Order: sequence, then C-alpha cells, then structure tokens
Amino acid sequence: MTDPLAWLILLPLFWATGAFLLGPGRGARLAIAGVAVQLWLAFALAAKVGAGGTAPAGSAASMGTAIKHAIGGWGAPLGIDLAADGLTAVMLLLTQGVALPLLLFARGYFAGDSAAVRYFWPLTGFLLAGFNALFLAADLFNLYVTLELVGLAAVGMVAMSGTAAQIAAALRYLFATLIGSGMYLLGVALIYGAYGTVSIVTLTPLVNADAPTAVKIAGGLMLLGLMLKTALFPFHYWLPPAHGGAPAPVSALLSALVVKASFYLILRLWTGPFAPLADAVAWLPALLGSAAILWGSWQAIRAVRLKMLVAWSTVAQLGYLFLIFPLLGADGLALQAGGMQVVAHGLAKAAMFAAVGVLIHVTGRDAVADVAGAASRMPVTLFAFGLAGVTLMGLPPSGGFLAKWLLIEAALAQGQWWMVAVILSGGLLAAVYVFRVLRQAFLLVPNERRHRFAKSAPLLEWMAFALAAASVLVGLRGMEIVRLLGAVA
Amino acid sequence: MTINEWLPLAVIASSLVPGLVIFALPERRIRLRTGLNLFAALAKLALVAMLLAGVAAGEDYAFRYAVLPGIDLAFKADALALLFVSLSAVLWLFTTLYAIGYLEKAPHRSRFFGFFSLCVTATMGIAMAANLFTFFIFYELLTLATFPLVVHRGTAQAMRGGTIYLAYTLAGGALLLIGIVWLHSLLGQTEFVHGGVAAAAVPILGAEQAWQLQGIFLLLIAGVGVKAAIVPLHGWLPQAMVAPAPVSALLHAVAVVKAGAFGIVRIVYEVYGIEFAESLDLLTPLAIAAAVTIVWGSLRALFQDDLKKRLAFSTVSQVSYIILGVALFGPLGTVGGLVHLVHQGIMKITLFFCAGNYAETLGIHKVSEMNGAGRRMPWTTLAFSIGALGMMGAPLTAGAVSKAWLIDGANAANMDWAVWVLWTSSLLNAAYFLPILWRAWLKPLPAAWPDEHIPAHGWRETAWLLLIPPLVTAGAVLAAGIFSDSAWSPLAWAQLIAQREYLAVTP
Amino acid sequence: MTTGLIFACAGAILFTMGVAGVMLLDHLLRRILAFNLMGSGVFLVLVGLAQRAGNPDPVPQAMVITGIVVAVAATALALALARRLFTLSGGYTLPETPDD
Repeated sequence: MTDPLAWLILLPLFWATGAFLLGPGRGARLAIAGVAVQLWLAFALAAKVGAGGTAPAGSAASMGTAIKHAIGGWGAPLGIDLAADGLTAVMLLLTQGVALPLLLFARGYFAGDSAAVRYFWPLTGFLLAGFNALFLAADLFNLYVTLELVGLAAVGMVAMSGTAAQIAAALRYLFATLIGSGMYLLGVALIYGAYGTVSIVTLTPLVNADAPTAVKIAGGLMLLGLMLKTALFPFHYWLPPAHGGAPAPVSALLSALVVKASFYLILRLWTGPFAPLADAVAWLPALLGSAAILWGSWQAIRAVRLKMLVAWSTVAQLGYLFLIFPLLGADGLALQAGGMQVVAHGLAKAAMFAAVGVLIHVTGRDAVADVAGAASRMPVTLFAFGLAGVTLMGLPPSGGFLAKWLLIEAALAQGQWWMVAVILSGGLLAAVYVFRVLRQAFLLVPNERRHRFAKSAPLLEWMAFALAAASVLVGLRGMEIVRLLGAVA
Repeated sequence: MTINEWLPLAVIASSLVPGLVIFALPERRIRLRTGLNLFAALAKLALVAMLLAGVAAGEDYAFRYAVLPGIDLAFKADALALLFVSLSAVLWLFTTLYAIGYLEKAPHRSRFFGFFSLCVTATMGIAMAANLFTFFIFYELLTLATFPLVVHRGTAQAMRGGTIYLAYTLAGGALLLIGIVWLHSLLGQTEFVHGGVAAAAVPILGAEQAWQLQGIFLLLIAGVGVKAAIVPLHGWLPQAMVAPAPVSALLHAVAVVKAGAFGIVRIVYEVYGIEFAESLDLLTPLAIAAAVTIVWGSLRALFQDDLKKRLAFSTVSQVSYIILGVALFGPLGTVGGLVHLVHQGIMKITLFFCAGNYAETLGIHKVSEMNGAGRRMPWTTLAFSIGALGMMGAPLTAGAVSKAWLIDGANAANMDWAVWVLWTSSLLNAAYFLPILWRAWLKPLPAAWPDEHIPAHGWRETAWLLLIPPLVTAGAVLAAGIFSDSAWSPLAWAQLIAQREYLAVTP
Repeated sequence: MTTGLIFACAGAILFTMGVAGVMLLDHLLRRILAFNLMGSGVFLVLVGLAQRAGNPDPVPQAMVITGIVVAVAATALALALARRLFTLSGGYTLPETPDD
C-alpha cells in the first residue's frame, strides 16, 4: 500500500462488491473497516501533499507539482493519470471523514430494516469510489466518467426504499443529473475538437482570452451543466424532494458530499483551464448564489417537514459557494473561504440530517411541530442539531464562521458591499430556521398532548453529535486547511 | 508553555470543563453536580486571585493561537480584563449558590447548570480577549449559551422573550461582525493595544480613511450596544424578564449587559484610543446616546408595576453610566465608569436576588403587592434596601462612589449637561425605588400573600440558600462604599487601569 | 464545410432536441429515449470534430465507447426506476412536484 492514490479508488470498489455478496450484516462491518482504512490513506496523502510545495491551489503550477500516479504504468495521453494537490487532499479528507461516522450511523439506523438496507452498502461503496476517483482525476473525460458514477450511485440511493414518492424524486434527480453531465460531455467534445487534448495540465496554458468561440461555448455548457448538478438556484428544483425524501443516512451523504463533487469540478475548471475566460461571467454564479441563499433560506423557514427544512437549507448554503467566483483574486481569500465552506457545510449538513433522522425515528413523525419537548428526551441529538446550526449560521468558532469571515473580508477588499449584505442576511435567516426547530424542542408540552416517544439509540445520537462537533471544531484548525489549500505564501 | 500562558486558559477551562461534564451528568446526580459547580466556582476564584496578584505586580499574562493566517485566537489578562473577570467570578459563585436553592426540585437542572457554566466561560473569554476576533467569538457564544437559560421554563411566554432576545443579539452580532472584518481589512489586525490600534495605524492610513473609521465605530458600538442595552437597542432586556431569577441576575449583573459595556470600554480605549476617538468626534455622540439611555431607562422604570421589569429598566439606565464615564474625555470619568461596572453588578445582583426571593417565597411579582413585605422578610428587604439606596447614590454605598467620580469627571471635561443628566437620573432613581421601600417597610401586612411557598421559621424567613447570597452581596455594596479608599477596593483597581490606559497615551 | 463540421452540427442539433425532450416531455419512456438522443448527439460531435487531417483519432473513439457504456448504464437505471414507478402508481408520468 505504498501509493494511496490508486487504493483510495480500488478499496471502496472492493468492499462495495464484498458487501453486495455478503449481505447487510457482514457487509456493513466490511464497509466500515474499508472506510476507516480510506480515512487513514487520505490522511497519509494529505501529509504528503502538505509536505510538498505551497503553490496556489488549482493553478497550473500546483497540478504540475502535485503527486501523480499513472494507472497500470500507462501515463497520459494514452493512459489515465491520477493527480492530487491540496484541494484534492481536502476533498478526500472531507469525504472519508464524513463517510466514516455516517456509515456507523447508518449501521444503527438500518438495523432491522432489511429491504432498504440491501443496496445501501454496495451503493455507498460505488459512491465513494466515484468521489475519490473524481477528486483524483486529472483529465476532463475521466472527470465526466466519475461524475456519472457518482450521479448514478446517488440516484440509486435516493430510490433505495422504493416508495412511489422516492422513485419519482429519483427519476427527477436522474434526469437533472443526466442533462447536466450531457452538457458537460458536449463541452469536453468541443474542447477536444479545438485542442486535441483533455488533460487539465496540458490545457491550462493553451486556453487564453481570445480562444475560439467553440471553446467559449464549451466553457459555458460545462458551467451550466455543473451548476445544474450542484443545484444552484434556479436549477435547485430537483434537490429538496430527492434529499428530503431519502432515508436519513442517504440524505446526509447526498447533501454533504454529492453536490460538492460538481462544485469541486467547477472550481477546478474555473481556477484552471478556464481562468482566462472566467472573469467576464463571474458575476453570474455570484448573483445566482445570492438568490439561492435568500430563496433557500426562505423556503427552509416555511418548511413544514423537518427534512425539507434541512434540504432547503442545503440549497441556501450552496449559494455561499458560488459567491466566491467574482472574488477569486491573488490574495487567495475567496478560495480559502470556498474550501472552508465546503468542509464546514459538509460536516454540519451530515450532522443535521443525522440528528433529524434520530428525531424522526424517535418522534415517529417528520414535522417541525412534532419535536416539541424533545430537548428533555434527546439532549445529545438536540445539541448536535444546535451545533450544526451554529456552523450553518456562521457563528464562531465554527468552520462556517471562518468561511464567512474570509468571504466578507474578500468582498470588502473588492468593495462588493451588496455581497456582505447577502452573506449576513443569509446568516440571520439561517438563525431563523435553526431556532425554529430548537425553540420548538425546548417547548414544554402538557402531558395529554404529548405523543409517545420511541427509544433512541445512543450510537445514533453520538454519531450525529460527533459530526456536529467536528463541524464546529474544524474552525479551530483553520490553519491546516488553509495550508493544505496551498494558499499560504 | 509557561505559567503565564496557562493561567488565562485555566481560568476559562475552570468553568468550561465542569460545564461540559455537567451536561453529561444524569438529572438525579444532584450531589455530584452541586459539588462540581461549587468546586469550579472556587477553583476559578483561586485562579483569578493568582492573576490579580500577578497583574498588580506587573506580570503579563497572554496566550495566542493562530486560527487563520493573520488571525489569532488571543487572550490577555491585563488590569482591565481582571476587573471584569473578578466581578464575574465572584458573582458566579453567589449566583450558583442562589440557583441551587432556587431550582431545588425543578426539572432539567443538568441542562441549566451546563449552560450556566458556558455563560460564565463566555464572559471570561470576552473579558480576556486580546483582539476583536476573539472578543467576537465569545460574544456570540454568550448569546447562544444564554438562549436556553432565557427559555428555560419552556412556556410560550418564555419562548417569546427568548426569540426577541435572539433577534436583537444576533442582529447586533451581525453588525459587529461587519465592523470587525472591515477594521481587519483596513488595519490588517484588530489587537487591543493601550492607546488604540487604530490610533497607531493612522500615520500609515492617512486622513481620508477617517470616515471609514467613523463608520466602523458606529457598527462596532451598535453591535455591542445591543447587549449593553443602549436606547433604542434595549428592547430585549425587559422581555427577557421571563427567565428564572438567577438567569436575570446573570443577564443584568454578571454577564450579558456587562459584556456589552465592557466591549464599549475596549473599543474606545484599546481599539480606537481615547484621544483618537475624541479627534474623530466620536465621544460626544456616544456620551449623548448614553445620556439619553440613562434618562429614558429611568423614566420607563417609573411606570412599571412588575418588579422585575422595573429593575430591568433600571439596568438599562445604570449600564449607561459606565458608557457615559467612558465617553467623558478624561481619567476621572474613566475611573467612575470602570468602577461602576463593578458597583452596578453587585448592586443589581442584590436587587434581583431579592426580587427572586419575594417571588419564590411569597409569590410577589408586582410592586403593588409589596405592602408589608419588609415585616415578613426583614433580611431580604434589608438587602433590597441597601441595593436600592446604592442605585440612588446614597452615602456609604458603592453607588455614591461611582456617582461622585462620574460627576467629577463630567466637571473636569466641562460637560455641564452630563452633570445634570446624572442628577436627574438620581432623582428618578429615588422616585422609582423609594415607593417600593416605603411599601415594604411602612405599609401594613396584607391579609394573605399572593402565593406563599416557603413558610417562615423564626429567623429563617426563606430557604438559606436564597437568603445568604443577597445578604453577602448587600454587604459588599456597603463595603465597596465604605472602604473605597483601601488598596484592594474596586475603586483602587479602576484607578490602576485608568492610570495605565491614560499613561500610555499622555506620559 | 468539412464532413467533420457537418457531423458536429448534426450532433449539436440532436443534442438540443434531446435536452428539450428530457425537459419538456411527460412520458417517462420518451424522456429516456430523448436522453439517448442527447447522448448520441454528443458522440457525433466528439467523433466529427476529432478527425485529424482525414485520419481517425483513436482517443475520441475510446471516449465514445466509454460514453456509450455510461449511457447504457444510465438508461438501464432509468428504465428500472420507470418500471418500478409504473407498478407503484400505474402510470409513466412523474407526479406534480409536491410543495413540501
């Protein structure tokens, strides 16, 4: 196991197949062991990358000096290259770091629920393999394949428990993701037609401000397709039913990680090959992101169902990621803000879906109104929800706070006052929907109106708590993440 | 790490760690929880005493940890920090004792005491923050930790109060955040420095940044002004009265409004620097805002029948004494403002303890129900009277000392109107406190109390744990007044701070 | 106009039709077919644009084969889901989005 790059992809494929053959019981144990090893590999990789150069992440230089692996000894252009730089390392760490507690959570959550759980473990394996391959891919076409792998596995997971509503949500999600990746692939085709290569490293110096129209169209198509897959407003229509309808561990994986994969790709392309073309359209994602923050938060405030509330909150939080594009400058603040937001939101949203899963499991109903009185029964879960909420609101000392701080600083440095207003109102709106749930939970319910609470499992509660605590504590380790992102001069 | 780095952290940990442990304790482990609480409070006092001795001898206590490039989580225990730290640490002990008595047999005590400890932790962090970034972290933590306490009773009314509290404080936090980040992007740092970090940066910045610094000052003051309950940002304070009495004591005397006032002190002296703030024409508007708040709070207090609401508006008024003292340009006003930070704390906590005693023992919530309360509960009413007289500024109490210094400060700064504001406020204070004392001592006993919970046993008019804390704090009100010239009085410490803050600017 | 460009333009038209179909049609089977049309359009562009001086370029051919595999997998998944929806709801159309 000397090269973590290949094993990060192979390992989940192995245990996915194993879990399919062994069935849910032993398969779950295999999966958890596998993810634990992956987490260790990701740490090893991060250490290796962190010890290397400190070129700005995403730039040509950093891809050039990154850690590489040629699969089967066949390098580019004929073979497939894997490459890892700081951004990759952060994403890999986040993925395995979120997946491990979530799989432990899922093991408890699905206990005694055999129909749905049969496909959970293999699909998770394929999903993780897709993620890791996506983050490590070094050319546009491989990125397409891995993007599809992630998308198809995610659709399968949405459809897992097989009710009509979930199947419909899965189909809607499938069509959205297929259109998105179709647009992306068309873009790749145009790029290959223009330059005869799809390798990011080779492309980066070739594309310049007066590139042929075909390349500009390609960039537009790819951006549009990926925005659709990232559920940026107004392409968010598929997200709430898909994320709000799936079982809690699946929702957590989808909201925390899957939408981040396509965002990662946008960031990679934007700061890499398309950087010379990007400035002209940078305001578009920022405007849409602002709309997403306001609209998503508003819908979360109105939501009747708990899971819908959390799903709409994802729509809103994704908006923050798109604010960074007009601010990407030499100071690297915006990139750090984006990375920090990805990490903090990933952990917090996984925690929040897990906590909501426990609440629904225990109260037996998926409604904000029905958590009344839960504070005294499930303090740990409520704490988890609250801590995750702290991250989403961007209150200190969470990772979300650091992200917001960096973002505001970047916006101020460029005089974008409207953005500061959007960021802060987004935080206040988030407070409204988070405290909507919390104050309901603190409410005392007269005994005759109280419905029976089922018993909750400590493992579930504490896994949600661990994720939430991580989302807050990551704020105290900001230095490491920033250093990994390679932006420290 | 040296001991000088450890001590500030230990002070914070001495309430944080027990708080977290208490959360995890089951409800029925009463003895363990109580023991842990008291041990933590005493340990904190011991640590604070060590710090006090060290700082008086000129030691520096600081700790620093990089969170982001150029942004540090930093603590320092200087004289000003210790003024607030000691106040909170001492009052925390008494509030904890009081809360143990007050919440006997009430549900959710683990949660209550857990958040209680977190509140004090946040207060310690605010006091010892060495830059605005750290200050903001603990300032928001304080908001989050007090919300569950405010809504502790879980009634619809409590929720309403809690929601209003959150709306005000979170919005204030957002303003504060913009101010801090703006300042950070302008100066590249937000350290608290004697003489002001902004003042030091002006030669580099040039004069055209003056309007930016004025805008930032407005944002910062509005942000902390919400917690300090400056009119018109005070709306949450009377609403938060739904909280249990120990929480009110915490809000009014130990933590929340004090955090706001303390923030203003830090911003004026150590972010802007008093002279630089004066040169930017920032002090006079601040003084006017404080004066309006002083008079407005007192006027509103006059018309409240609810005892706790009357005390709440009195807090609105009294906290602005501190701000007025800060805004008076000159060391005398500074001493008056700083010493009032402590004096207002011990006086107001006494009053809230007593109000809680009336409510718990006899079911009295309104001023109009207070007739004859002094005969039934002489000790509580004695403590209440001392607190109330102190608020009016009667001789021999702590209040007299702060008022004398504030008036001297106003005279020295040639601000005659401020003197008038102080006198008006004293008269108004008398107008809303004296009727209460008159009813309690001189009116005959009513036929029955509204809701008597705790029967009297000879001397023991109510539970011991409810009676002792107000008596001790009332004693402290007298002691701080009578022995104000001694070397260890709050006044002496405030003079030390003023000396250090002003000497740094005008040697 | 070279043959490559003709292929590419035809591919672009097919792709547009496909996207419109996936988005606008109601019947699930038609939407799945439209998706395949979309995929074919992309492959046509890929093969058409990538002819180097008359000689076929092997790399896009390999890409198209991979793309076809992915498209087949996606189609299979879509069909399975559509069939499942039919057994559950008795129809081949998606219900209106429930608002919350």
